[in-house]
Amino acid sequence: MKRIVILGGGTGGTMMANRLRRVYDEDEAAITVVDKDDRHVYQPGLLFVPFGLASADEIVRPRRRQLRSGIDFHVSEIDHVALAKDQVHLVDGSTLPYDVLIVATGVTLRPEETEGLTGPGWRERMFTFYDVPGAEQLARALDAFDGGRLVVNLIDMPIKCPVAPLEFAFLADWYFAERGIRDRVELTYVTPLDGAFTKPIASERLAGLLAEKGVELVTEFAVGEADGEGGRLVSWDEREVPFDLLVTVPLHEGAPYVGRSEGLGDELAFVPTEPHTLQSLARPNVFALGDATNVPISKAGSVTHFEGEALTENVRRFLSGEALEGSYDGHANCFIETGFGKALLIDFNYDTEPLPGRFPNAVGPLPLLRESRLNHLGKLMFQWLYWHALLPGRDIPGISPSMEMSGKERQLEHVSEGGERR
Amino acid sequence: MTMTEIAGVAVERDAEGFLVYPEDWNRVLAEDIARENGIPELTPRHWQVVEFMRERYLETGTAPSIRSLGKESGVPIKELYQLFPKGPAKLAAKIGGIPKPRGCI
Repeated sequence: MKRIVILGGGTGGTMMANRLRRVYDEDEAAITVVDKDDRHVYQPGLLFVPFGLASADEIVRPRRRQLRSGIDFHVSEIDHVALAKDQVHLVDGSTLPYDVLIVATGVTLRPEETEGLTGPGWRERMFTFYDVPGAEQLARALDAFDGGRLVVNLIDMPIKCPVAPLEFAFLADWYFAERGIRDRVELTYVTPLDGAFTKPIASERLAGLLAEKGVELVTEFAVGEADGEGGRLVSWDEREVPFDLLVTVPLHEGAPYVGRSEGLGDELAFVPTEPHTLQSLARPNVFALGDATNVPISKAGSVTHFEGEALTENVRRFLSGEALEGSYDGHANCFIETGFGKALLIDFNYDTEPLPGRFPNAVGPLPLLRESRLNHLGKLMFQWLYWHALLPGRDIPGISPSMEMSGKERQLEHVSEGGERR
Repeated sequence: MTMTEIAGVAVERDAEGFLVYPEDWNRVLAEDIARENGIPELTPRHWQVVEFMRERYLETGTAPSIRSLGKESGVPIKELYQLFPKGPAKLAAKIGGIPKPRGCI
């Protein structure tokens, strides 16, 4: 009997448990999922909560109910992983030995790592929508906001869903227009990057959209201090951006137990992971997926989803002593909500940046990197697919785990890696 | 990519001035690249960061991010911005003769 232990019952852990349960009969492998609580958050839904477009109870479901029968679900904080003994030690005192360990504990928000951010004004005029309480508090603050400077910011990469703060800015423009007070609100987007986004072609399109919507873009601003009393962000190189209301994405790190597990994580508690096989560099019997890894692609649910097939194959191969052949290509796919019932779609991987064109192939129906109502409907429909196809570990019809070039318009103009056009 | 002559030696650099081959690097070259980028002289604190970056890159194949530098180089982030204005990770990598940090996705 093989013992598979999966740390984390979020997107990646749930999907992997369900996929592996289908691979192995119950007398072949025991599968245990560990998480600190029984609340599974549909994280893309957090974006909509501040604008009153979704409520917390619509986006949270019990973790246990997303797991197939025959999967053991264990609620406890994790103390540490003892790699040399192939054991996980839990805070509730139990020990879980494993033949294969899958790390799927995502990231932890670290607002306290930024000077001043959790001081005066935190959750009063400085908010994040990256957790459920924060999104709910921000909903109340937006409701009470009747004009002034609203700053949307991310402190530093990597963050989950790098497009989410942009979506927030687009939706804020729509929200205040709906309320008839858009002219009384000054919207500013403050980023440490040298453009609106990380990849050049998408960055240019998204910067264009910010400009169209009257959102000022401040780049290369690395926040050193958030001053809630004075209402200003101060950069390390001593520039300032004033705000009446700050919506920020705090620094991210891996889960705290990763830092307590000797040899498992890097200095930010992400798990060094081979980008194609998803085997950790720490030990051959330790694998990782989703936001917990250091692989060079966005931290996003779609990435986790597309990693599932390769990882399932590799866990199976590892347990039967075969060479790992499952290979993930870095495929990522994100809807970007742009307000007024429209959205963009981007599709990319390790080697190909987001390009314009059509998805999933040349006949569409979804346009890439262009606003459309259909993309917005796609984004809304995705919530259903998340609970009913992605988590159960089924493939989504028409969407391949590997990225397809068909439908994408190759760019003739050469664009350098750093985002500057030559 | 272009060949440029720095410190009397021809080296290949990319469009943004990063060395294409980290093995072309030496300390005289580093001083030259620093001057090109507005740092008149590399102090021991500069060298601490540049050497840490270079070692880390040669060890792991990736250049450390600004947060990693702040945690591990022994030089706090605030000072990194004073030593290497605007983008410390980028500039220290350039001076250290290693590729541009892949950064963020």
